[in-house]
Amino acid sequence: MMDLDFNQYIDLFVEETKEHLQIMNEALLELEKDITNRSLIDEIFRVAHTLKGMAGTMGFNNISNLTHEMENVLQEIRNNTIKLNEDIIDIIFECFDVLEYSVNFIAVNGEEEEDSYDNLINRLRSITKKEQVQLTVNDGIIPNNKEETSLNQYAINAMKEAEKKGFSSYKITINLNPKCVLKSARAFIIFNTLESMGDIIYSNPPVEDIEDEKFDLEFTIILISKVNKEELKRKLESIAEIDNINISNINYRDLSGEQKNIEFQESKKLKELDEYVINIIEEAKEKGLNSYKITISLSSQCMLKSARAFIIFNTLESMGDIIYSNPPVEDIEDENFDLSFVVILISKVDGYKLKEALEGIAEVEKVDITLIEDVKKAIGKEGTSTKMNVQHKSSPSNMKDNKTNIVNREKKIGKTVRVDIDRLDNLMNLVSELIIIKTRMDDLSESSNRENMVEAIEYLERITTSLHDAVMKVRMVPIERVFNRFPRMVRDLSKELNKQINLQMLGEETEVDRTVIDEIGDPLIHIIRNSIDHGIEMPEERTRLGKPEEGKLILKAYPDGNNVVIEVIDDGRGIDPVKVKDKAIQKEIITEQEGDMLSEDEIVALLFTPGFSTSDKVSDLSGRGVGLDVVKSKIESINGSVEIETNINIGTKFIIRIPLTLAIIQALLVRLGNEIYAIPLSSITEITDIKKEDIRDIQGQEIMLYRGKTIPVVKLNKLLNIDFNEDVDEYVVVVVRKGEKQAGLLVDSLIGQQEIVIKPLGKYLSKIKYLSGATILGNGSISLILDVNSLI
Amino acid sequence: MSSEIDNKYVISKLGDEYYGIPINNVISIEKMGTTTRVPNAPKYVTGVTNLRGEVVPIINLRKKLDMEEHEADKNSRIVIVNVDNIVAGLTVDSSSEVLEIHKDNIDKPPSNENNQFVEYVSGIGKTSDKLIILLNLRKILEY
Repeated sequence: MMDLDFNQYIDLFVEETKEHLQIMNEALLELEKDITNRSLIDEIFRVAHTLKGMAGTMGFNNISNLTHEMENVLQEIRNNTIKLNEDIIDIIFECFDVLEYSVNFIAVNGEEEEDSYDNLINRLRSITKKEQVQLTVNDGIIPNNKEETSLNQYAINAMKEAEKKGFSSYKITINLNPKCVLKSARAFIIFNTLESMGDIIYSNPPVEDIEDEKFDLEFTIILISKVNKEELKRKLESIAEIDNINISNINYRDLSGEQKNIEFQESKKLKELDEYVINIIEEAKEKGLNSYKITISLSSQCMLKSARAFIIFNTLESMGDIIYSNPPVEDIEDENFDLSFVVILISKVDGYKLKEALEGIAEVEKVDITLIEDVKKAIGKEGTSTKMNVQHKSSPSNMKDNKTNIVNREKKIGKTVRVDIDRLDNLMNLVSELIIIKTRMDDLSESSNRENMVEAIEYLERITTSLHDAVMKVRMVPIERVFNRFPRMVRDLSKELNKQINLQMLGEETEVDRTVIDEIGDPLIHIIRNSIDHGIEMPEERTRLGKPEEGKLILKAYPDGNNVVIEVIDDGRGIDPVKVKDKAIQKEIITEQEGDMLSEDEIVALLFTPGFSTSDKVSDLSGRGVGLDVVKSKIESINGSVEIETNINIGTKFIIRIPLTLAIIQALLVRLGNEIYAIPLSSITEITDIKKEDIRDIQGQEIMLYRGKTIPVVKLNKLLNIDFNEDVDEYVVVVVRKGEKQAGLLVDSLIGQQEIVIKPLGKYLSKIKYLSGATILGNGSISLILDVNSLI
Repeated sequence: MSSEIDNKYVISKLGDEYYGIPINNVISIEKMGTTTRVPNAPKYVTGVTNLRGEVVPIINLRKKLDMEEHEADKNSRIVIVNVDNIVAGLTVDSSSEVLEIHKDNIDKPPSNENNQFVEYVSGIGKTSDKLIILLNLRKILEY
């Protein structure tokens, strides 16, 4: 049961984490451009914090530790204790990469990676440390007394503000004369004097205690003032009954640093509560035993601390079991401890009795006993993460099952679609309408009223069409999902290549089918890399050519009928057809004669042939010979097409056309001989008639005139081995297009337009030419779908 | 349990000979239905058929094995197989039984014969009353 739940949460965790990481990515990229933007830092901080929490509850300690350190650094940046610089951004980017990687790792394996990212964590820590050391060196060190550590954040903030405004902070310790009779009145005068010169932001003991005379002879205050030290001293000395005045400058940084350290130690302490301890506590709880956290302070006069501790331990052991001690028992034995130590005791005895017993021991100054009711609570946030682990550990068999379950995770994860609830509601409505029409048809079948039947069928038709639309919409995701990884990629590439690139993305909201999204990413990465690597020139060269130093890369998506068009446009050097031709001849892709016959466009299209790479030098990024041919085949595998438009020194434009969806399309059914074929409507531009004599034969290629252009005529019957009826003098021509190219397909007759469900032909027939799939017609027979791309 | 299944074969007849297909690869045995011709496919591909909503290619086993044609009759069957995720139907004259042939009773295919037929055979199974030609599906579905 637990396995199931855990798996379910992993899916959720992965999905949500990815979203958060995406936000972080965007914010980071923005931040890099505008390093002073505080709201972006806040945003990143917020994401790191959320991730920490999420990873914590899932028991992914490494992620949670890393994000914790990120949070620390970001917090310092927010506090202005650290100045944000490029190095820090780089490190945060690295953290982002690591996080992204580990989330993917979790998605595949269902558990966290072993690596605890120590390297990154240390680097993050060194940021905070370095800065702090610098500051303390600059500002001079002030001894930290114990009470300062209890300075609250308010005081620190107040000092910070004060410093900004040019005020100084002083720590003033005042000893009153033991003969002083009205201590609180005297203190009142001192406070008044100080308030006249500045603001008292802190006092130890607190002001209330001083008023109630609940203090010895000494008190400490922190004063924010413009008055200098000497002046202060002079003023104070004028007050009677003061024995000693000690004034020192104080720096909040030391204090906040100190605080951090203490918090850190505290959290470390808590972390030290290992799973073993938590396990026992949980077990004890189940058995009805109490767990107590006992803090014992020995009197400072205690001579033999370890012996005393030994007695205390003995007393406790007589009442229960000590399962944890801080410092560890060995250290206590060796007298390696201050005056206080903490133990966790499991016992049936109640708290009061414990306290009584302990206080009965000599030289024990203070005993503090708290009942641990909830391990989670007791060890705070850190604990939640450990707790998850505990659950795992306690069910090792479950874990194993988990792992076997996880083997097949890979396929399952990442195929989810987040759906707007409105779209689901719409779907629900349509399904209920479907049920209504079903009952209506049931009624009709009894009465068999023909007119009503026709009406009902029309109604049904309308519902199924809407249902189809609705389901399609559910499957649609904005192309943003693919695009959003590019800003980072472009940034990294431009850094690596020392090129300046301005990436513009347009139409990210364009929606495409989920299955298309998965396929389009890799080809786009390839094209963008090509544009940056080969297309856009180095800044110097660009200046020489009179172009702006910064190269422009535009990524544009827009819907076009049943297709989505994605364009990748750069303003780089363009593609030189002469170079391409030479290379093609050199690589024996074409002969020299063939080369002379080809038009420039055709030559450029040679880039898509396998084994072609024009870059003179092989770079790390692209130009390894695995090139655009892969892009082309990948895009064609999803019924898309890709074209290049290029102008030397002006730029290159890659135009990718992909279908909106892969599953259901509108198609034209045509008859060839006695067979029926389907032509996707999206590639049809027009249906027309042509007289036999208007088809001209030019050097074996039959062409026709269509809207002032000559386009090739494809005799489908010949390609598909179907008898061709030569006797008619007029043919039906279906004009199809693939990008800018057109062709006329000769068919025997038209059947009509229909919505068809595309079924793959299967692996066995995947290499058959001219076919892209099959569909099942109303009568159950199969009709093949023509692959227009391969016909042109 | 698994070893028993490994040894089981669906036995089909082509002409006078018996052919065995490992039962692990067999999805179902169907009666002949209508097929749609696939242009430009190899000759032995009869076409594609609609098998409960899936498009399945049908291979004429006789043609594939270079045997003479045989008109389909009421005994004709299509054995739907799945090999390495390639799903296809093989037409046979008839198919009626499942036999268990132990590994010890399988001989290597004759290697002296120099015809193509041999490469489609993975072994010859011996049962009490007949010899069964065991088909190498992987080779048959290759093209």
